Amino acid sequence: MVRLLSFLLFLVTWWIAALLIGDVKLPAPPAVLKVMLTEAASGALFVNLGATLARVVLSFTLAMALGAAIGYLMGRVKLADKIGDPWLILLLNLPALVVIVLAYIWAGLTEVAAIAAIAVNKLPTAVVTLREGTRALDRSLDEMATVFAIPRGKAFRHVILPQLGPYIAAAARSGLSLVWKIVLVAEYLGRPNGVGFEIGVAFQLFDIPLLLAYSLTFAAVVLVIETVLVQPFELRAARWRPRAA
Amino acid sequence: MQLEVDITGKHFENAAGERHDVLAGIKFSLHAGEVGVFVGPSGCGKSTMLKILAGLDHNYQGKVSRPAVARLGMVFQEPRLLPWRSVEDNIRLAAPHIDEKRLSELFAVLELTEHRSHFPGELSLGLARRVALARAFAIDPDFLILDEPLASLDDALAAHLREQIATLVESRSMMTLLVTHNLDDAVYLGDRLFLLSARPARILQEVPIPTPRTRRSASEINHIKADLVRRRLAKI
Ligand SMILES: Nc1ncnc2c1ncn2[C@@H]1O[C@H](COP(=O)(O)OP(=O)(O)OP(=O)(O)O)[C@@H](O)[C@H]1O
Ligand SMILES: [Mg+2]
Repeated sequence: MVRLLSFLLFLVTWWIAALLIGDVKLPAPPAVLKVMLTEAASGALFVNLGATLARVVLSFTLAMALGAAIGYLMGRVKLADKIGDPWLILLLNLPALVVIVLAYIWAGLTEVAAIAAIAVNKLPTAVVTLREGTRALDRSLDEMATVFAIPRGKAFRHVILPQLGPYIAAAARSGLSLVWKIVLVAEYLGRPNGVGFEIGVAFQLFDIPLLLAYSLTFAAVVLVIETVLVQPFELRAARWRPRAA
Repeated sequence: MQLEVDITGKHFENAAGERHDVLAGIKFSLHAGEVGVFVGPSGCGKSTMLKILAGLDHNYQGKVSRPAVARLGMVFQEPRLLPWRSVEDNIRLAAPHIDEKRLSELFAVLELTEHRSHFPGELSLGLARRVALARAFAIDPDFLILDEPLASLDDALAAHLREQIATLVESRSMMTLLVTHNLDDAVYLGDRLFLLSARPARILQEVPIPTPRTRRSASEINHIKADLVRRRLAKI
């Protein structure tokens, strides 16, 4: 109910702004909706959204898996931490644009380059978060697991993983928003399809309704995925914690 | 089955690099079926010693030999339950083979039945301690380590649990080590008492209690207690 009101408020604000600024720079909602419908009817909207989503899923999964493993290792093993730390600082501070451009130069304008570049951008934050989580692990519970001879795999699943849960959720959350932003840049610079590519086209043609149609659909998809997937996962990861009032 | 302990030294180094001696001379042996009780001032190194005996700390001078096959059950000084698992699941994780009958029995004995599905965050410290006890007993240990298991329980419950521990100890032949500040617990449960010095801990005296646990009368227990108090005073 509140969400609906919030959405209506957005529409109204947009409409009023469109009336004030003028159709050329900011088309009103119906004009954008019309473009959305024609793009949907031709199928282009879904193809491009699908391509973008596939890139998001792949690079996100890659970066999360790799980042979690590296972060866990760095949190557990001092030597790994020492070796990895300078790389981490470098990657954390490397602008996304540099990574993407270099990836396209070195690996060509390929899908692999795009996905790798997006993953590399997300990787360091996942590593940092998981390293922090690993450092915060409760040693006394490890001792308990050792004393009771709980097998390693089982101990990892039931003793370690639940402690890392909130950190994984946090890494996923911040990582996903990073990926949403970067994937469009990567597409804009070197892919022949996807929401980023279409926005590039719209920019060159100065086709503002097209630009808005893609941007808003994309935003809507992000919103849905965040509410339907990410938030329940976060709740689940923290469900044993005492709830805040 | 027998535990042979000869720890000649254990120290910690603090952040400033200063050496901090914690254990000095701990030498004893313990047979299956025996309960060894350690009594000593707070901070003297009892938990540190138990950690070494449990095989959690290998960084010490001396030698500890315990039977490799011995199944270890331990009640740490803090309950150490997994906050994200219910009471029952906490126990089942440590004792995956326990059957329903034995589990209900344990819960009944420790008066935990109605807390079975609660999470540790919903338990009082006393309840959590009882869960930790249940977990240690659930695995049917050959070697049982109890670090102040009855602290923070009221007298009546402590006395009740003391009896339960006695029953469980009698029920199978295991090596049991108990650390306590409570002389009642020590005399009621122990076969041999070890009096420890202040840090770094040494065994000052070993006091055997020859009468079997089940046949100790109230007057005998009081007698031994008075004797212990006298010995302690003599040390100061
Ligand atoms: N990991 C550690 N690093 C440094 N010092 C430690 C460490 N663990 C224990 N100590 C020190 O060793 C000494 C003995 O600690 P321990 O926990 O064994 O005492 P305790 O006899 O169990 O005391 P209490 O009866 O209060 O439980 C203390 O002075 C403590 O500060
Ligand atoms: Mg202690």
